[in-house]
Amino acid sequence: MWDYTPTVKEHFLNPRNVGDIPDADAVGEVGSLACGDALKLYLKLDDNKDRIVDAKFQTFGCASAIASSSALTEMVKGKTLDEALAISNQDIAEFLGGLPEEKMHCSVMGQEALEVAIAKYRGHGVEPHSHDHDHGPAYPDHEGTIVCKCFGITDVFLKKVIETNKLTTAEQVTHFTKAGGGCGGCIPRIKELIAEVMGSRQTEEPRKRPEKLSNLKKMQMIQEVLERDIRPLLWADGGDLELIDIDGPKVQVAFRKACAGCASSGYTSRVVEQKLRDLVAEDIVVEEVAA
Amino acid sequence: MKEIYLDNNATTKVDEAVFEEMRPYFCELYGNPSSMHFFGGQVQQKVDEARRRVAALLCASPDEIIFTACGTESDNAAIRSALEVFPEKRHVITSRVEHPAVLTQCRNLTQRGYRVSEIGVDSEGRLDLAELNAAMDADTAIVSLMYANNETGVIFPIEEVAANVKAKGALFHTDAVQAVGKVQINLAASNIDMLSLSGHKLHAPKGIGVLYLRRGTPFRPFLVGGHQEKSRRAGTENAAAIIALGKACELAGQHMEIENTQVKAMRDRLQSELMARILHARINGGAAERLPNTLNIAFEFVEGEAILLLLNELGICASSGSACTSGSLEPSHVLRAMGVPFTCAHGSIRFSLSRFSSDSEIDTVIRELPPIIAHLRQMSPFGREFLKEQG
Repeated sequence: MWDYTPTVKEHFLNPRNVGDIPDADAVGEVGSLACGDALKLYLKLDDNKDRIVDAKFQTFGCASAIASSSALTEMVKGKTLDEALAISNQDIAEFLGGLPEEKMHCSVMGQEALEVAIAKYRGHGVEPHSHDHDHGPAYPDHEGTIVCKCFGITDVFLKKVIETNKLTTAEQVTHFTKAGGGCGGCIPRIKELIAEVMGSRQTEEPRKRPEKLSNLKKMQMIQEVLERDIRPLLWADGGDLELIDIDGPKVQVAFRKACAGCASSGYTSRVVEQKLRDLVAEDIVVEEVAA
Repeated sequence: MKEIYLDNNATTKVDEAVFEEMRPYFCELYGNPSSMHFFGGQVQQKVDEARRRVAALLCASPDEIIFTACGTESDNAAIRSALEVFPEKRHVITSRVEHPAVLTQCRNLTQRGYRVSEIGVDSEGRLDLAELNAAMDADTAIVSLMYANNETGVIFPIEEVAANVKAKGALFHTDAVQAVGKVQINLAASNIDMLSLSGHKLHAPKGIGVLYLRRGTPFRPFLVGGHQEKSRRAGTENAAAIIALGKACELAGQHMEIENTQVKAMRDRLQSELMARILHARINGGAAERLPNTLNIAFEFVEGEAILLLLNELGICASSGSACTSGSLEPSHVLRAMGVPFTCAHGSIRFSLSRFSSDSEIDTVIRELPPIIAHLRQMSPFGREFLKEQG
């Protein structure tokens, strides 16, 4: 069954502001037929060219894409351009009483179209639109590199969505942006991007490595870091690890579930090692042992 | 709201005669068919009768019928058995358009070191026989190909294929879940080694399936334990459902002609009326031999989930191969394998009829669907461009 709120259904069945504005000040187009959804947003400004007085849309897509577009046009009317730019995809989802997580990309598409429209109006990135795979055009000179080839999504766009929505798993990123939802070839890269964004999040509130540690305290801390910081990350990917032994600076771990025998487990143990060095002691060496 | 149920490839209504047949075997005649006493024995007799009825529909012998819990179990059991029977053979052949019950298992085998060939189809969904013949070699343990496709209804030339496979010395399994009851299958004159069917696709309840196993075909059971089903499928028999399936198979034999005349006529009328009323539509698999009950129709410039939800508002139940309903973000693997253009794939809808469908239900869809497509095209930027071009 469809897991849509009454508001989503209502906006889908009775969409507001469908159509176009022939003398629109700003037009934003995102998505394509190949992608399975697309949105064309028209904005009309007041005489001071500051406040949005009218908004219309055309959408190709599923019920939640149409409802998100309808919601967006209602939300931006009466706002200044700067106020409109402050609308996040979360705001659109909230306006609709929430969206199923796998449909969050519909709200992201709405927010993206708004950004494109305003950016183009302000004179950035006014290139002719093509119906090719071309997500992330809010970044006018195609800043960043394409990560997801199936849906044409850049790393810059992905990092922004990961950051704004505090996403922690590749599956969530797919639900919010569609990236990784085609062939799946870019999922490892998406995981790296999550790690990068999460890494920079952590530097905001740095946890300090203690100056001096008793052996007992050190072992406790290693266990704590593994439990609190490492294992939840692995769980998110269906993996796990087990602490086997601690011998001086040597920390022996065994990978479990999806991590066991995973080709990138070598990479994973380096990540674990770096984390332990950052938070416990500089000389820690992580060794992977067979179970 | 009265439902208009046109999603019979997903599941079917249990025929009331089938339900009456199974009803006593819950609260009254609940004995275990394996028991020595009369109370279990009378259930055993009904299970035997059911086995004969299933066999009769397939022109098989009763001892070739193994009852399972579902079509998926039958598919899994067939493929696993072949690999255990031929441990030295490391190659499996299937098609790109199989049901996940077969395809997922085959793809998982690649992680265990098997070679898996997925045979392609043409733009109408027809199997590439040349590719299949080229793929078979002495290392091939099993070839598993569906009899008819669940999304498009396209029928594969299974008998011809089975003969070729036999000549190469591999086992041949067919997932006939959608075909049984709609296509005449004569296993007495066939090279099919194993065949899967599912009760709930032919008006029996959910939770009952069959694996047909040709007499003499080597087999290793999927479930081991008790001696049920001649030790080929352990576990206490789901007696009531088995009895229901027997009745459903008997009825399916009686109604097969209706499926291919009355039901087919309704499907054909739905197809031609929709094509006449809606521009820029196409039939997926329309030029291929198809099941009589299935219509997979694509509407350009609109998205399938939106169509389904608007139909749903009117009580009309159908399904879609569009990205938003397939659980992934791309259109169904079947439509992609056929190379259906993106402009169409996202707007594909499947109507699947049964002998319980009525002309007035078809009339309702013919009346209601064209304005839904027009409404969504009016809202779609691509649809608007198209409408403008049309003037």
